[in-house]
Amino acid sequence: MAAASQSRLSAAETAALGLVAGTMVPADADLGMPGADDSAILDDLLRSIGRDLPLVREALAAIATKSGDAFADMDRDAREALINEWFPRGGAPALALGRVIVSAYYRDDRVLLALGHEARAPFPRGYVLEQGDWSLLEVMRKRQPFWRDDRVIPAEGR
Amino acid sequence: MAGNEKVDVLIIGSGASGAAVAWSLAETKMRILCLEQGDWMKPTDFPSNGRDWEARRYTDFEISPNRRGRDTDYPVNDDNSLMKIANFNGVGGGTIIYTAHWPRMHPSDFKVKSLDGVADDWPVDYWALEKFYEENDRMMGVSGLAGDPGVPPRHPPMPPIALGKTGTRYAQAMNRLGWHWWPSDSSIATTDYEGRARCINLGHCTPGCAQGAKASTDITYWPLAIRAGVELRTRCRVREITTDERGMAAGAIYYDADGVEHFQPAEVVILACNGVGTPRLLLNSASAKFPNGLANSSGLVGRNLMLHPWPIVTGYVDEPLDGGRGPINTIWSKQFYETDPSRDFVRGYTLQFGRGTGPANQAIVGAASGLLPWGRDHHRRYRQMLDHRLSIGVACEDLPEEHNRVTLDAVLKDGNGIPAPKVDYAISENTRRMMEHGIARAEEILREAGATDLYASRTALNYPGHLLGTARMGTDPERSVVNEWGRAHDVKNLFIVDGSIWVTSGGVNPTSTIQALALYVADQMKQRLTTLFD
Repeated sequence: MAAASQSRLSAAETAALGLVAGTMVPADADLGMPGADDSAILDDLLRSIGRDLPLVREALAAIATKSGDAFADMDRDAREALINEWFPRGGAPALALGRVIVSAYYRDDRVLLALGHEARAPFPRGYVLEQGDWSLLEVMRKRQPFWRDDRVIPAEGR
Repeated sequence: MAGNEKVDVLIIGSGASGAAVAWSLAETKMRILCLEQGDWMKPTDFPSNGRDWEARRYTDFEISPNRRGRDTDYPVNDDNSLMKIANFNGVGGGTIIYTAHWPRMHPSDFKVKSLDGVADDWPVDYWALEKFYEENDRMMGVSGLAGDPGVPPRHPPMPPIALGKTGTRYAQAMNRLGWHWWPSDSSIATTDYEGRARCINLGHCTPGCAQGAKASTDITYWPLAIRAGVELRTRCRVREITTDERGMAAGAIYYDADGVEHFQPAEVVILACNGVGTPRLLLNSASAKFPNGLANSSGLVGRNLMLHPWPIVTGYVDEPLDGGRGPINTIWSKQFYETDPSRDFVRGYTLQFGRGTGPANQAIVGAASGLLPWGRDHHRRYRQMLDHRLSIGVACEDLPEEHNRVTLDAVLKDGNGIPAPKVDYAISENTRRMMEHGIARAEEILREAGATDLYASRTALNYPGHLLGTARMGTDPERSVVNEWGRAHDVKNLFIVDGSIWVTSGGVNPTSTIQALALYVADQMKQRLTTLFD
């Protein structure tokens, strides 16, 4: 039982993660973006924490400590301010927390479609990459070789 | 301990160099065996097959073995190095997870003492390797464009990767600045090539190519080598090289996937484990006759580690570009590659111009750089970044210094109980000045391209996995580990063909030169078969 509780977030930790995720990446109805606390995204997030679980726990604990265990009671502005102040100094736990949240968020169909991206894996269809303007290379084609040829000894010696 | 039938040639490691040397030696019809600690990769394994393709760059396809943590990996203590260690353990080695940038060393890179008065000249030069570079380009399948005035002539067999919107934006800026640029050579098939399908732009392809367009040795050299009779045995982790009473290599002790210990006898042993794995193995092979490690009478095994410090400077423009929809490679610049006496450092660097990145990774790097806020402003700012990103890498040459080294960790061990490597590495003052010069030039280019919100990441996020110099080649046994054709000075049937034999590092991605050197060493061995141990 103890081992199982160590291998996944507790209900309280899950609730805290949902609140933190929704604070970091909130819903925006005007842009058609769900929040990272959307149930489908949060489920994906929880399924994919994996090896980052200890760091995510550490991050949640750090946020709780910084808020005096009152993060849930703070208003939205205060929560955002706390997160933005903590994140740059939060080290590996902060980076891990941010990474697991956006990794789940930015693969959600609704999010990708709202951003104008296709909601699919790259393989097997791939993507189109236009050739670009190769005429720009004409300038370089006229340039003389300038790599140092070690077989040529300058008149003044080396 | 289980015994095995003796082979003529035992190669340890199946990556860039091990595959090349195996293929080249196969024509001798000797019995050749390669031991590889990892597995064969399957195209369906690679992240681009799934919706979690970006997240897997940070888990089972992470470039750091410490975080990746597959049971085929070994840990590396790199706590005492700003530059972390990157590698991959599997058939193909590091070629599975590299960017497939394919520059060659320059002729001047082999003559740094003669030309610039620093470090040492190599005992071979560019021109001795030239035909092997060409052969290797054909074997791996290289795309690029002949005629680059910044490098010696070469003949890529396939056309270059598209410039795209991103490359075009860079090129316009470079032309306005009057600085050199050229489409990068890449070991990515842009046409169908030798049974490999062409690139279909699966995104940033560092974590493997599901299409098989990116050249990794499991799909280039190995099928041909195996067809020619070479045996490749996977999940075999070598613990040590043993020696006989004459001080010759007798074979290798390894563990199979079940942890069962085996001894593999051999007439010749070739190490191809790269700049961390090879010194680790040599140091783990200490014996009464070789108390400081095998082939280490010079004391240089593990020393002179070079890792290529690689600042990356990013910025964002006001139009959508290619984003992460194609290979990262676009163009390179050799404008600042050769030594310029007017600068405050010697040697130089390549500038590598990258495409953008995928949606999740854009958020990760944006937040890490402090440019992407959390909260209600996140979406507005993110939309200004996604697909608008430019990034320039500064590929700096770091010179050999003996205090930069690989040793054995006193505590850390791999899953078979074999002592793990420990890395101590510091960036020299010359390299720091070079890095700052490169960062400043990259910032000039990005501004010229109309980018704002510039951010320079010096080392924390960038470790290219170029592991070089820890068993250097040379003619003086007191100042080098192997001779000018890759044979250990101390053990006449022991050869090294990987990046550890490099004398200096150049300012380029090393794989093409590692493989050209491996083919060169194999050629030297073939020419000397009757006198190989004299």
